[in-house]
Amino acid sequence: MTVVSMTVNGKAARADVPDNTLLVEYIREHLRLTGTHVGCDTSQCGACVVHVNGKAVKSCAALAVASEGADVTTIEGLANGEMHPMQTAFKENHGLQCGFCTPGMVMTATDMVARYRESGKTLDEAAIRSELEGNICRCTGYHNIVKAIADGASKMASS
Amino acid sequence: MSEGIGARVLRKEDKRFLIGKGRYTDDIIEQNQAYAAFVRSPHAHAAVKSIDASAAEAMDGVIAVLNGAQLTGDGIGNIICGWGVTSKDGSPMNMGAWSALATDKVRYVGDAVAIVVADSLATARLAAEMVEVDYDVLPVVVNSVDGLSDGAPQLHENAPGNLVFDWELGNEGPTDAALAGAAFTTEMDIVNNRLSPNAMEPRAAIATFNEADDHYTLYTTSQNPHVARLVLSAFYNVAPEHKLRVIAPDVGGGFGSKIYIYPEEIACLWASMKTNRSVKWTSDRTEAFMTDAHGRDHVTHAKIGFDKDHKIVGLKVDTKANLGAYMSLFSSATPTYLYGTLLSGQYNIENIYCNVKAVYTNTVPVDAYRGAGRPEASYVMERMMETAAREMGVDPAELRRKNFVTEFPHQTPVIMAYDSGDFAANQDQAMEAADYAGFEARRAEAASRGKLRGIGFSNYIEACGIAPSAAVGSLGAGVGLWESAEVRVNPVGTIEVLTGSHSHGQGHETTFTQIVAERFGLPTENIQIVHGDTDKVQFGMGTYGSRSGAVGMSAIVKAMDKVEAKVKKIGAHVLEASEDDIIIEDGAVKVKGTDKQMLWHEVGLAAYTAHNIPEGMEPGLKETSFYDPSNFTFPAGCYICEVEVDPETGTTQIVQFVASDDFGTIINPMIVEGQVHGGIAQGIGQALLEGVVYDDSGQLLSASYMDYAMPRAHDLPNYSVHHQSTTCPGNPLGMKGCGEAGAIGSPPAVINAITDAIGNNDLSMPATPAKVWAAIQAAGAKQAAE
Repeated sequence: MTVVSMTVNGKAARADVPDNTLLVEYIREHLRLTGTHVGCDTSQCGACVVHVNGKAVKSCAALAVASEGADVTTIEGLANGEMHPMQTAFKENHGLQCGFCTPGMVMTATDMVARYRESGKTLDEAAIRSELEGNICRCTGYHNIVKAIADGASKMASS
Repeated sequence: MSEGIGARVLRKEDKRFLIGKGRYTDDIIEQNQAYAAFVRSPHAHAAVKSIDASAAEAMDGVIAVLNGAQLTGDGIGNIICGWGVTSKDGSPMNMGAWSALATDKVRYVGDAVAIVVADSLATARLAAEMVEVDYDVLPVVVNSVDGLSDGAPQLHENAPGNLVFDWELGNEGPTDAALAGAAFTTEMDIVNNRLSPNAMEPRAAIATFNEADDHYTLYTTSQNPHVARLVLSAFYNVAPEHKLRVIAPDVGGGFGSKIYIYPEEIACLWASMKTNRSVKWTSDRTEAFMTDAHGRDHVTHAKIGFDKDHKIVGLKVDTKANLGAYMSLFSSATPTYLYGTLLSGQYNIENIYCNVKAVYTNTVPVDAYRGAGRPEASYVMERMMETAAREMGVDPAELRRKNFVTEFPHQTPVIMAYDSGDFAANQDQAMEAADYAGFEARRAEAASRGKLRGIGFSNYIEACGIAPSAAVGSLGAGVGLWESAEVRVNPVGTIEVLTGSHSHGQGHETTFTQIVAERFGLPTENIQIVHGDTDKVQFGMGTYGSRSGAVGMSAIVKAMDKVEAKVKKIGAHVLEASEDDIIIEDGAVKVKGTDKQMLWHEVGLAAYTAHNIPEGMEPGLKETSFYDPSNFTFPAGCYICEVEVDPETGTTQIVQFVASDDFGTIINPMIVEGQVHGGIAQGIGQALLEGVVYDDSGQLLSASYMDYAMPRAHDLPNYSVHHQSTTCPGNPLGMKGCGEAGAIGSPPAVINAITDAIGNNDLSMPATPAKVWAAIQAAGAKQAAE
């Protein structure tokens, strides 16, 4: 057992967990933040994406202890009173159906937009599709997710 | 009005999913919860000689290890198939025994042998590894053709030759005669590849036995919680129906795979009673690949004949359908009444004969997956049409058009009576959207870049909105396929609609609300949809077969009819007018031609205070309907796919995908388009990427997302989706159903496009680069030899 401390969605969190506890298990089972999902066992599907120190991370592929001292944001922490522009864009573009992959998609999307903005690259449709390599959706055929991310990027730029 | 029928209303359910507040089964933790893990067979076929759980039982935190002998000893029944199919010789199907936990024999890799219940998931999984099962390994068969061969390993004693049934439809003699007299014939071997449904939320269950009142609660990832309760109680004897509550909360996709009642739910309920703990099980992805019912897996030989004017004279289809190791809940219906009945396609065909042999193999059970039988039928028909057109040297669009059914109703020779459609209109719309006329120029331009460009059609028709109860009953169904709805108007005028349909991505909370808003002129925010809980909704048949619109919403309409009738009586009474003069609009009950009115909430209050309602009328305002459809509905359409193939690598890129669908009345175009997008993506996945692979020893090689090629964003194009609708005469809203069409219509369009590009009709799904490259080489070699 190891005591891990981190900041999750702006609040201090501390727990004594088995050493092999995955970050996603810590988030879901210990903190009861169940918006982060597990869709596979091989870090392929991206349903578990959260931000660790501002970067998108698959929380099923990281140990909780490896995030000691980190600043973690989950889907529950993205909205700030009102929905984040990317969340709004997913709603307005019908970018979700069953909702299971959605938190990971949104967390990947906000990270993607931030990275492209920082590096000055253009986030066009081909780039969005390529960046979604690590996120699987079975419902939407991606058409509206791609539209939502492009729209969310515009919304983020103007917010 | 802006929120009524036809409006692109944004989804009411989105917010909770977007802010991480969805409530899926695995998100729930019950008090006193323990965790289950299953001991699963590593062998595809073996006799179970003994099970030694002593090491597992001795571990700290292990509560119980329970096996099949104990399960059957407690009277838990075998898992059944709910649709009886009769062989052509009149004999009933050969259903092999399937115990939730295997007793004497295991028949596929992943077959459950024991359930371990422990204080933590980690302990349960570790303990499951510690259970020692002594197996006597037996020979294995994994595909349907080998399963039927002489000397094949036998799975079930009561199914000699592994034959589940040998079913036929149509008329063989006249079909043979028509084909013998045909001016042109085309014959093909067609394989429909085996798929894994892959809803993103893995299956899960939490079972809680409450000894205080001998009551069970089951949270489960189900598309039809009432059917689950019925089957669990009536057939598996797990709990009596009135002592079992089944809740399917938010469910993360289904695509058919969550219709069935699996061994895990049975075992968790039983284990909860045995241990007096809540028992939770959540599948991991590899377990999902191993145990979720697979789809498709047909091996077919087909022959089609035309007269000298290119009119179809006959079609003969011979199919071997792999059902896996056991018969899943609707496994018998999928390759028969949902397949053979659609073999007339969009065409006038006088003579059709179809023979289907269903076969046991040492693989996971196969059942309905998005489209269920209809994608297989449409793949046979549309590949045959395209290939025949090429062989006869005629335009594939023209050949189809020449053979379209144009008058309705149209009785096919294979049971179905098409009620409406305008196939030429869909084809026109798709051809225009795809700029079919400009294709040859695009092909030439692609050739100048060294690319092979091809175009392919698929004119699908399907039967959904399942289904008229008496009709399916006469064909062997063990259940009726009606739907129920209850419309509750509260004293303050807000409305709750309780439905037996279940939403797991389809957006019912939005579309169902729209039809109520439209009917009574109320804002959608005043309407709530309740579903997925057997304690709240009395009964329902659930969501599959694109039935929630045509059947589920029709039930709501019928219940609203009754509400309206009562409201009008109250209005007439209070407003002192004739009932015939009462109209309901804009959230008020009005007397036509006057300014007299009651606001909607005043009607609600009047009904519940009952101070001033017509004499003899019961107080309250709540009505129920059980709606049984009079026919299937028949969505149809034309899909056109355009591809570019790189001849150096065999890589296929879809450069254009156009869909024109006839779905009848559309409630919310945004949601319908989303359904089509998703269906097409699954169809393209089947055509280009996906395939379940078992090796000869029955080991599942495609058991993770590292091995099973799920379509990703960069594999897929944007879709050009259009509608050209005729009204369905069979239900009050005129709806046809849109959930499966994309998956039914798209695979043949993709393969027809690739085969057009490479000049070789011999190509199977998934059309991987290696296969396409080999087909290009074969075509080149053939050309060189000629």
